[in-house]
Amino acid sequence: MNQPMVLAENVHKSFGKLEVLKGIDLEVGRGEVCCLLGPSGSGKSTFLRCINHLEKVDAGRLSVDGKLVGYRQQGDKLYELKERETAQARAEIGMVFQRFNLFPHMTALGNVVEAPLRVRRESRSGAIDRGRALLDRVGLGDKVDAYPAQLSGGQQQRVAIARALAMQPKLMLFDEPTSALDPELVGEVLDVMRGLAEDGMTMVVVTHEMGFAREVGDTVVFMDGGVVVEKGDPKSVINNPQEERTKAFLGKVL
Amino acid sequence: MTTTAPERLVAVPVRHYGRWVSALLVIGAVAGIVYAFSQAKIDYGTTGHFFTASNIIQGAARTLLISVLAQAMGIALGVVFAVMRLSRNPVTSTVSWFYIWLFRGTPVLVQLLIWYNLALVFPTMFGHSTSDIMTPFLAALLGLGINEGAYMAEIVRAGIASVDEGQTEASQALGMTQGQTLRRVVLPQAMRVIIPPTGNEFINMLKTSSLAYSIQYGELLLSAVSVYTRNLQVIELLFTVSLWYLVLTSVFSIGQYYLERRFARGAARELPATPMSRLILNLRGRPRV
Repeated sequence: MNQPMVLAENVHKSFGKLEVLKGIDLEVGRGEVCCLLGPSGSGKSTFLRCINHLEKVDAGRLSVDGKLVGYRQQGDKLYELKERETAQARAEIGMVFQRFNLFPHMTALGNVVEAPLRVRRESRSGAIDRGRALLDRVGLGDKVDAYPAQLSGGQQQRVAIARALAMQPKLMLFDEPTSALDPELVGEVLDVMRGLAEDGMTMVVVTHEMGFAREVGDTVVFMDGGVVVEKGDPKSVINNPQEERTKAFLGKVL
Repeated sequence: MTTTAPERLVAVPVRHYGRWVSALLVIGAVAGIVYAFSQAKIDYGTTGHFFTASNIIQGAARTLLISVLAQAMGIALGVVFAVMRLSRNPVTSTVSWFYIWLFRGTPVLVQLLIWYNLALVFPTMFGHSTSDIMTPFLAALLGLGINEGAYMAEIVRAGIASVDEGQTEASQALGMTQGQTLRRVVLPQAMRVIIPPTGNEFINMLKTSSLAYSIQYGELLLSAVSVYTRNLQVIELLFTVSLWYLVLTSVFSIGQYYLERRFARGAARELPATPMSRLILNLRGRPRV
């Protein structure tokens, strides 16, 4: 099937009078790594949060794997779904936050197995085995019983990635996953993400890491002022931008 | 400039003469008060004797029972009404606001008397005589518990509000429902903020439950009153009661300390040693750090 994993059509979103998204059209194919770039306030994080309905869309359509997220369409209106149905849709979409948002009262393993146990109702032993394997995969096999406060920022973010992967998502969203990290810890998180991309995970990544976008991204989308300014393959957008705003932004960050 | 060799120099800490003076003053004042009470017309033997009298112990047990039950009811109601208050549904949040306004805005003694005298306005309930149903125990439980619920609702609400919003988002992003998010993620973290004031509330409850004496519930104070109306040793018995309240509140203050430690998990990298473990270490003669 050639149906895209993420399909956004004319997505609008306002906070009060402030219009943050002014009609976003975007397609992310299966297995594609899409990097969203742009200055702060450009709406890229808001758009990412709309994909799993953490923010409600005001107008337009957003679907993941062919299904609308958080709404059902009837005629020309979208009706918001019940909380439980939205939760089911979210379970298929992993999300990693800028500030990790690990559950501080649970160990690393506790964080990873929580959703498989409560949402998927997996067996305890199965979830724990898989949780250990996932922590191993992100290089934290020896930190299973550590609480988040005992881990460095980079380790916490890797636990957060393992926690999202534990739900076996078909799509992973990353919201500036390395922005809160000390520079020397950025690499270990990007390595894990690079590994995920190589395994064929579909990823939408809001990032300021140009190197990562150029090297791992299949497409790069440059947003500013709530619209998509430019998109295309990373090398041409980053090395040879066509739009003035893209050039101005990249001139400052590169 | 001094000529003393540097290695001979000794540092002398600031002398706190004021502390010695104030300590002497305090000792003097305490001695005076103790002397006054030792010369007063009080029979301390009676105070001690009734401390272990069976009807007083029974009263203390009832005080403990009604306090635990009323506090449990208060916590349950508090959680429910705090969640209702924070709900986006305007009906539930208004109901909760009204409950808190009503029961926090009237004295608990008045509430106890109203529950106890409910038979005056509703002579029968569910086919039974109200005065049969509304025993002193039930009236005390409802009066204290429902009143406590209003205070607990505000404490729980503050606790829930203290949990970072990112926690709710992370939980929802994993596909957990609002109920699961509340039970598994938000409330356990809110506990750290909820427990210290709840401990205070319970210690208050141990003492406030003495108001139930006015509706004939046989708790600690009423059992003392019924003794001193016979033997007229009023202050002796009130001292006995005070000692019992001090024992109860002290025991639960210690319990609260350990409860707070348990819910501090994950907030601190390492928990501080308990006073007991420090004592044991000192007794073993471990050198002070």
